[in-house]
Amino acid sequence: MRAVEVCDLRIRYGDRVAVDGVSFEAHAGEVLALLGPNGAGKTSTVEAMEGYRRPAGGSVRVLGLDPIRDRRKLVPRIGVMLQSGGVYPTMAAGDVLRLFASYYARPISPTELIATLALEQVAGTPWRRLSGGEQQRVSLALALVGRPEVVFLDEPTAGIDPQGRLTVRQVISDLRDSGACVVLTTHELREAEHLADRVAIIDRGHVVAIGTLAELTASEGGGGSGIRFGGPPGLDVRDLAVTLDAPVAEYQPGQYRVDAPSTPALIGVLAGWLAQHEHPLTDLHAGGHSLEDVFLRLTRSAGEEGTG
Amino acid sequence: MTPLIAQMRAEVLMTLRRGESVLLALGIPVLLLGFFSLVDVLPTGQGDPVDFLFPGILALAVMSTAMVGLAIATGFERQYGVLKRLGTTPLGRPRLLAAKTLSILVIEVLQGVVLLGEALLLGYQVAGARVLAAGAAVVLATVAFAGLGLVMAGTLPALTTLAAANGVYLVLLLLSGMLVPLDRLPSAVAAVARLLPSGALAEALHATLGGTGVPGRAWLVLLVWAAAAPAAAARTFRWE
Repeated sequence: MRAVEVCDLRIRYGDRVAVDGVSFEAHAGEVLALLGPNGAGKTSTVEAMEGYRRPAGGSVRVLGLDPIRDRRKLVPRIGVMLQSGGVYPTMAAGDVLRLFASYYARPISPTELIATLALEQVAGTPWRRLSGGEQQRVSLALALVGRPEVVFLDEPTAGIDPQGRLTVRQVISDLRDSGACVVLTTHELREAEHLADRVAIIDRGHVVAIGTLAELTASEGGGGSGIRFGGPPGLDVRDLAVTLDAPVAEYQPGQYRVDAPSTPALIGVLAGWLAQHEHPLTDLHAGGHSLEDVFLRLTRSAGEEGTG
Repeated sequence: MTPLIAQMRAEVLMTLRRGESVLLALGIPVLLLGFFSLVDVLPTGQGDPVDFLFPGILALAVMSTAMVGLAIATGFERQYGVLKRLGTTPLGRPRLLAAKTLSILVIEVLQGVVLLGEALLLGYQVAGARVLAAGAAVVLATVAFAGLGLVMAGTLPALTTLAAANGVYLVLLLLSGMLVPLDRLPSAVAAVARLLPSGALAEALHATLGGTGVPGRAWLVLLVWAAAAPAAAARTFRWE
């Protein structure tokens, strides 16, 4: 079932176009990450699904409903975590959770949620005295308390400590397993890799790529091959390409990519060439491309097109 | 607990836990009533000062809670994104507004009880008060003041709302007949005061608690403000 359907969505703030023709869908039992740099249009897109932003064009359907027109029917079935704030500053974490539970017909017990999110120690602490990570976990609990079918999480792991990050990842993965559809935004690649089944890379208001991690990284030329290494900027890539008998590119200053199967023999030749020219080797990555490669290439090329 | 009752309970508890709202709702009215009843410096007329002051201070208490308290709390809730977040819960805006209104009425009853107790201790004579008419005036004024408070909270940044609400409170207090009888003000100023919700409420409470009828003009002024202020708030309010 398509839990979320976004079709050619456009959002404007005055003259500024924040979202320019974004389309994707997300399904029950799936985690979709909207990944992109700050200001890419992720939050605007999520807020259109939550009914906070009126599209200037295109359409948004959540559980088959229009988030603005059918708000009253939709809100009992969705859970929302804003990027920041949203909670009474003086209210204790446990109290705000009990208050939100009272809004819903069949809430999860606040006690249970407090335990799940490891908030026992701070349940009596006012929101404004919680650390950033504790506030994130309370916000997440508030998004879940109504047993939502679709959950929107805006930067759920931002500002959270490693222990809390693991807790949040586990909760999101349990949500998916229980059949919910989770749409989250992040500007951190590692989070998208850890949390998401599918990733939509958004840049400057456009979806520049969408797919599973495997699809996205495989599409990055040659799939599970290639060598990336770091060294001093400005190496003679032409000479190296001749030596290796493979194309070599400096894709960022001091970051190089060799487009050839990453065999031990080839790595040996590369290491030999660097040693012969007395260049240091600062980083070496063999095999499949990471999401980072895809992300950097796509967001960079979009920028080059934009300025060209 | 239904969402409405739970939200109302939360609003009342938050108000009572905020030092500044307790000061505004109870501290200042109790202090003014006590001080000017004991220190007879205001031109409160022939009788015991408390007989003039109690209805006026009651009006002041209503204005504090319904306008200033509501404006400041709502302004900060807007700034902190609380109103935005509540927009995607099943509570909904109508129920949020209903809960806020009910919580104001609860606080006003509390203020009334405390101030009446204090007034009785100070020698206030309850005689032939028209309680029903007084209650009606308080409800109308509450709606009017709440509308004014929400006009500020829904358009201005929270800190500006805080300052503006206190400024308007002071002006309305002086132009009201709450502390000083209106006939002691210059006649042009008094005429303006009679057209303000603060002046009309003080006039209505002085009349009803003194056992006389409220002039039709005061009812009309209260009605117009009770219709116009919330309408202006509804048109201008921004939830984020």
